[in-house]
Amino acid sequence: MARLEDLPTGMVEHMKLLPCPDLGETACASGPPLHRRRVAIVSTAGLGRKSEGGFKPGDADYRVLPANLPASDLTMSHISVNYDRTGFQEDINIAFPIERLKELANAGEIGSVADYHYSFMGASDPVLMQPAVESLIGPLKADGVDAVVLIPV
Amino acid sequence: MSAIGHYLEAAGIPTVSISLIRLHTEKIRPPRALWVPFELGRPMGAPNDAPFQTRVLKAALCLLERNDGPLIADFPENAPLSASADGDGWVCPVSFAAPVSDETPDAALRREIASLKPWQALAQERRGRTTFDQSGLSIDAVAAYVSAFAAGESTGQPLEGVAAAEAFKRIADDLQAFYQEAATAQPGHGAGFTDVLEWFWGQTEAGKQLLACRARAVGSDDKRLKFIAERLLVPAVAQARLNL
Repeated sequence: MARLEDLPTGMVEHMKLLPCPDLGETACASGPPLHRRRVAIVSTAGLGRKSEGGFKPGDADYRVLPANLPASDLTMSHISVNYDRTGFQEDINIAFPIERLKELANAGEIGSVADYHYSFMGASDPVLMQPAVESLIGPLKADGVDAVVLIPV
Repeated sequence: MSAIGHYLEAAGIPTVSISLIRLHTEKIRPPRALWVPFELGRPMGAPNDAPFQTRVLKAALCLLERNDGPLIADFPENAPLSASADGDGWVCPVSFAAPVSDETPDAALRREIASLKPWQALAQERRGRTTFDQSGLSIDAVAAYVSAFAAGESTGQPLEGVAAAEAFKRIADDLQAFYQEAATAQPGHGAGFTDVLEWFWGQTEAGKQLLACRARAVGSDDKRLKFIAERLLVPAVAQARLNL
C-alpha cells in the first residue's frame, strides 16, 4: 500500500513534493553481533503515555516509553489523519513492536531490550527534531543501547 | 524518520530505519533502511500477526550487521491483509436505529452513537484498551460539542487549559476513534482503512457533522483552528471523494 502508485492521487503529489533534508552520507556506526546488542525502538508515530500531554502541530520533542508500559497506558496523538489507525487500535505492536522485541531477546536473537524507548511525532520537520534527538544520545548510551530501530507510521 | 538515523549514527549509535515511503528514504539516505510495502499506519504489516511482525523486525535488525550503507533493502512479502482488500463489499456490521421524523442533527448523532456504544465497549473489552483517549471527554460530551460547533453555537472552552484549536482536534479525533473502534469491534471484521473512511465520511451523521464543523472552522479568524480544519481533520482520501 505504501507503494506511491497505491496512494490516492492527492497524497502522491503531497509525498513527491514533501521537502526532504539533504543530510549527505553518514558512515555506519558498528557494533557487536546482533545476539549481543541491546535494542531500543524510536518511533515517529506520536506515541506517549496517557498521563502526558499529546503532540500538537509543530512539536519536535519526544516522549519516553518505558519497556514495561502497559498497552492500555499507551496513546497515539500523531496529528495526521492520512494513515490507518485501525491496525494500532487492534494491536500496539503494529507500530511499536515491543512484544516482538522481547520475544527476540528471550529467544537469544538479540542481546536485550532497552529499558526505555522513545517517540517523536513524524509530521514535524525532522531538522527541527535534531536538538531533541541529540539530547537522547546520553540516555540511550546510559541505557547501554547499541542498536536503534527507527519506526515510522 | 530517516533523518533521526543520521543524527544517532553520527553519535556512534547504530540504527536501522523502517521505510514506508521509499522515495523519501532514497532522498534522505539514512545509513540502513528496510523498505516495507505496507499501508501507512502499519509499519509492521499486520495487527495480531506475531509471526509476520517478527519476520519484518528480524529483517530490519539483520541489516544492523551491515556497515556498507547508505543502503535500502526491500522486504519481500506483502502484508497478509492490506488496503488492497478494500472494495470487497465491507459494510459496517452495526445497524443504526431508524430516524424519527423532524430529527435534529444533534438527535441524529446521538441516535447513531447509542447504536455504536455497545460495540465500542466490546472493542475496548476485547482489546483491553481504547484509542478513544485524546480529549478525556465522554462520548456524550464529544457529541454535544460537535453538534454545537457544527450548528454555529458557542462551545466555550471544552477542555481546561487547552487552546480552542487543539481542543477541536482532540475531540474530532475522539469521535472518529469511537466510530472506528465500534465498526471494527468483531474479530475478523475484514475492514480496510479505506472501507472505514468511506463509511465514516460518506454514510454517518458524525462524518456529516464534522464536515459542517470543518466548514465553520475554515472561516474562523483563529489561524490554528483554520489550519487544523483544512489539513488535519478530513483524510486526503475522503477530501478527494468529497471534492473538498
